[in-house]
Amino acid sequence: MEKINVKINGRDYGAAKNSTILEACREASVEVPTLCYMKGVNEPGSCRICLVEVKGARSLVAACVAPANEGMEIFTNTKAVQKARKINLELILSDHKKDCLSCIRNQNCELQKMCKDFSVDDENYFKGDRNEYKTEGSTEYLVRDNNKCILCRRCVAACEKLQDISVIGANDRGFSTHIGCAFEMDLSDVACVGCGQCIVACPTGALSEKDDTRQIWEAIEDPSKHVVVCAAPSIRATLGECFGMEPGSFVEGKMVAALKRLGFDGVYDMNMTADLTIMEEANELIDRIKNNGRLPLITSCSPGWIQYCEYYYPEFTENLSTCKSPQQMFGAVYKSYYAKKKNLDPKDVFVVSVIPCTAKKFEIARDGQSANGVRDVDAAVTTRELGRMITKAGINFNNLPDEKFDSPIETGSGAGMIFGATGGVMEAALRTAAETIMGEPLEKLDFEEVRGIEGVKKAAYKLGDLEVKVAVASGTANAKKILEAVKSGELDVQFVEIMGCPGGCINGGGQPVQPMSVRNFTDLKTARSKALYDADAKLKVRKSHENPVIKELYDNYLGEPGGEKAHHLLHTHYTKRNKYKK
Amino acid sequence: MKINNLADLNALKEEANKRLEVKWKTKIVVGMATCGMAAGATPVMNALKEEIAAGKLENIEVSQVGCIGLCEYEPIIEVFEEGKENNRVTYVKMDAEKAKEVIKTHIAGGKIAEAYTIGAGGEDNISSIENTQFYKHQQRISLRNCGVIDPENIEDYIAGDGYFALAKVLNGMSREDVIKLLKDSGLRGRGGGGFPTGLKWEFAFKQDSDKKYVCCNADEGDPGAFMDRSILEGDPHSVVEAMAIAGYAVGSDEGYIYIRAEYPVAVKRLGIAIDQAKKMGLLGKDIMGSGFNFDLEIRLGAGAFVCGEETALITSIEGNRGEPRPRPPFPAVKGLFGKPTILNNVETYANIGQIILNGADWFSGLGTEKSKGTKVFALGGKITNTGLVEIPMGMTLRKVVGEIGGGIPNGKKFKAAQTGGPSGGCIPASLFDTPIDYDNLTAIGSMMGSGGLIVMDEDTCMVDIAKYFLDFTVDESCGKCGPCRIGTKRMYELLEKITSGNGEEEDLDKLEELGAHIKSASLCGLGQTAPNPVLSTMKYFRDEYISHVKDKKCAAGVCKSLLSYIILEDKCIGCTACKKVCPTEAISGERKEAHAIDQSKCIKCDACVQKCKFGAIIKR
Repeated sequence: MEKINVKINGRDYGAAKNSTILEACREASVEVPTLCYMKGVNEPGSCRICLVEVKGARSLVAACVAPANEGMEIFTNTKAVQKARKINLELILSDHKKDCLSCIRNQNCELQKMCKDFSVDDENYFKGDRNEYKTEGSTEYLVRDNNKCILCRRCVAACEKLQDISVIGANDRGFSTHIGCAFEMDLSDVACVGCGQCIVACPTGALSEKDDTRQIWEAIEDPSKHVVVCAAPSIRATLGECFGMEPGSFVEGKMVAALKRLGFDGVYDMNMTADLTIMEEANELIDRIKNNGRLPLITSCSPGWIQYCEYYYPEFTENLSTCKSPQQMFGAVYKSYYAKKKNLDPKDVFVVSVIPCTAKKFEIARDGQSANGVRDVDAAVTTRELGRMITKAGINFNNLPDEKFDSPIETGSGAGMIFGATGGVMEAALRTAAETIMGEPLEKLDFEEVRGIEGVKKAAYKLGDLEVKVAVASGTANAKKILEAVKSGELDVQFVEIMGCPGGCINGGGQPVQPMSVRNFTDLKTARSKALYDADAKLKVRKSHENPVIKELYDNYLGEPGGEKAHHLLHTHYTKRNKYKK
Repeated sequence: MKINNLADLNALKEEANKRLEVKWKTKIVVGMATCGMAAGATPVMNALKEEIAAGKLENIEVSQVGCIGLCEYEPIIEVFEEGKENNRVTYVKMDAEKAKEVIKTHIAGGKIAEAYTIGAGGEDNISSIENTQFYKHQQRISLRNCGVIDPENIEDYIAGDGYFALAKVLNGMSREDVIKLLKDSGLRGRGGGGFPTGLKWEFAFKQDSDKKYVCCNADEGDPGAFMDRSILEGDPHSVVEAMAIAGYAVGSDEGYIYIRAEYPVAVKRLGIAIDQAKKMGLLGKDIMGSGFNFDLEIRLGAGAFVCGEETALITSIEGNRGEPRPRPPFPAVKGLFGKPTILNNVETYANIGQIILNGADWFSGLGTEKSKGTKVFALGGKITNTGLVEIPMGMTLRKVVGEIGGGIPNGKKFKAAQTGGPSGGCIPASLFDTPIDYDNLTAIGSMMGSGGLIVMDEDTCMVDIAKYFLDFTVDESCGKCGPCRIGTKRMYELLEKITSGNGEEEDLDKLEELGAHIKSASLCGLGQTAPNPVLSTMKYFRDEYISHVKDKKCAAGVCKSLLSYIILEDKCIGCTACKKVCPTEAISGERKEAHAIDQSKCIKCDACVQKCKFGAIIKR
């Protein structure tokens, strides 16, 4: 790589050509703080926290966007720089609702940390008028408190650049500037898909998931309720981050132990219902291919993606697999088969799911998700909410022993495990579809072509006599690319996996929030998905159809995949949604 | 007709001149820029036409022109008569009746209607604007056609060498020649920063790109500045021609003029100019047979001040919220739609045709060492001759205000002048002899800006004026970066605190601290210059700030909260007029006895002062 010479704080360093001052400093192990900067996504140079002095420059320079040039002399720690950073923070604080002690992001707030790092000693130094905003909570999944917004616009960039959706932006101007939807509409009145990528982009407490933990505590306390919890595949790859562990720490055993200590009547593995999804979906795929059904078949386990399809590509709703998501399948079979076995009235069963996703909070309330006369799932909480519950309950997560899921829904296959990462559903389905078609075991279970965190992946496989062409997309921006290619005829595929969030569930909008100082420089998606693939590799049962719990369920209750009972419990329908509701 | 080459253009010019020569034997022009029309130029125009028709007068051309420059005297008409001793007579403050009289007396009767001339009643009995102090010291390059030609008639423009600069460039000048000529001329951007225009063009020229753009900033937003509007209303072709020249020089075939929608007359005339140029082949494909293609489009802005900042303007043209982007990359490298783009303002472009035709030496012979040519200023505030003037760079403020501007009205004393609008600073009387150029203005804490020049007299409170300008920037901040969005608001609040009598000494330190911060830490030029009015007034008029804070006094008598209305016993004759007019019954006193004001009831509405005929009520 071509190098240039720079001088940082009086010392000579080499830096990659075309790097920014920020990157050059980082290469030299010189920390420059940032707030608005989100590498490759949001680079407006607007928070002015990363200002540095450059010899010869008229004013201070924003390190995140300014290119480093040959011979440049950079100063990151002068009195002028320190003062500018401090005043910037004091100004932000002067228009910030400083209820830090009761804020959801207390001790996990980038602004708070920065104020500490830069010795802000008087939060009211520039006291003056403050903007007062009402809290926006019109949807099932999101709370926006603009009183805490610092207008870094990372949420706007996540929505626009990462997801190519753009339902939020800056309204008004000057001191009255604030983030909102066009014409100040409620979020529930615009075509927001609920992915929650804005939340994980937010440095402060301005954006958060709608907290559903209270009703869970209440249900647990209620002796008339049978309260069970089911944890999605990706949670075990991320929950550790809530307790200071490195991204990619696999904490399945501790997670189960913690859930058990929270007082649930049953702690179950959603990997099993992921397997169930595969049983149904593989069947659906083979059926559509053999019987000239609507192709390509597109996966349906990501509710953010489902809403995206319904809003933006309604012409593809018939391509969607009718399979419910693993979360909903769990609720549907638990409240029917397993409840019956336990002599429970479905009305008394309270199903909690722990999911990496804010859109799942919307999914539980959708039409066609109440197979037993009551909602399949009663409460869906994100990894973050579970983290808070564990802390609140006084459970020392890091010291917990590894424990196992409760019987009978205790076993998930490796195929279910990898559901949490982009390409995982595709690979899981291929493992089952291949063996179903060929009637013999696969030699190699790893479908490498569909692994990895790239936004768009394509592959073709020969399953016996059948050639199956597939595509995988994660993030709605990438979904758009695939759908457009299919529409134009440029892409000819039979099976498509789409997950609404970039990288899939391991990077979902309900996952632990990592500060941008980590996210900009650590490949969270790879680290987290590796945890799942490593776990899959170690499992004995790696195919959904070989999961004994699945076999028992079909043998004793469901009958055949796609059969009448399965159809009633495990499948749903979609609707075309109008982008403009008012 | 279509102009296919230089010969065509020459032929058209000759023809136009012949035709116009006859037409212009007796020519009456009416200043019909927005200002003239607002003052009532349209009925004046109609009256002129009616009266000419009624009198069956022949061979008289009545034509609309752009801004003549003297706002104070609008509506203005001028009569040009070839071969006569008084071949140019300027009539001012016209109305329909007066206009009819001008026709009767002057055109039909052959005598100047002296009661209405510009110098009417004055000692030297001046009848033409050319002989006024206001006009004599001016040198009009960018305004050369304003008030002279019909802006809606391309032939008028061509008759005065219009499009000959473009023809010259396309017939024998290489792109490098054009850029070198411009660099040699020393022309600097007239929109604010004063960046050398030739250098800017050279940057864009050197970029290797399949597409480049030429943009014109006509988003004039400084309160009190209106030279760009006047040029577009009075001489739109000068901008169209210069943009085509720029397109040739940098290798662009497409241009945009970004103009605020609040300038409907300018938008209309610019649209007409572009259409005419297209029809004649002066825009479009293969211009004058040269193989060079260039087309122009107008984009309307919603009037946000920040969209005068080049990157915000480009973002707005792209269809996004008008907010600035960090630089580098500069637009010359990565501008509109990510392509190399040059962006100059209207006044800059209006100079270019003349520079091409008259040469770099001619232009660089004007002005000062580092600021060449002329600059248009919009004179406003406490000054006798408000209006638009174009003067050579280097003229002192004293001459501009005292001679061209006619001094301060009502015998008041000059206190300060604000240049550069809300981004500029206040220049005190002590610096009255500073020659006006880019670098001098910057050195004394102000800036050239787009050329607004607001004059203040002794009745102006400098704290209040700083607050006024800051109020504007607080309102116009786009809200993207914190220093500007929050910082200017906090500065404004501090000024409010000071002017309402609650200021503390530490507030002055905070103001300076914030001002310095916003200047060095803001994202774009708007924020980087926003504190100038405060910092410059704090520098030159610090005693006023201190007296507001310490003594709770506003010497100029502007800040109401700091004022007391007091009746002077020795002057009050007890007429009770003030008592009657007081809305809060704060004044008491018996007839023929001195009155007094109850300070706790007084709301400082000023009604009593205005009512008192004896000067018995003072504010202090």
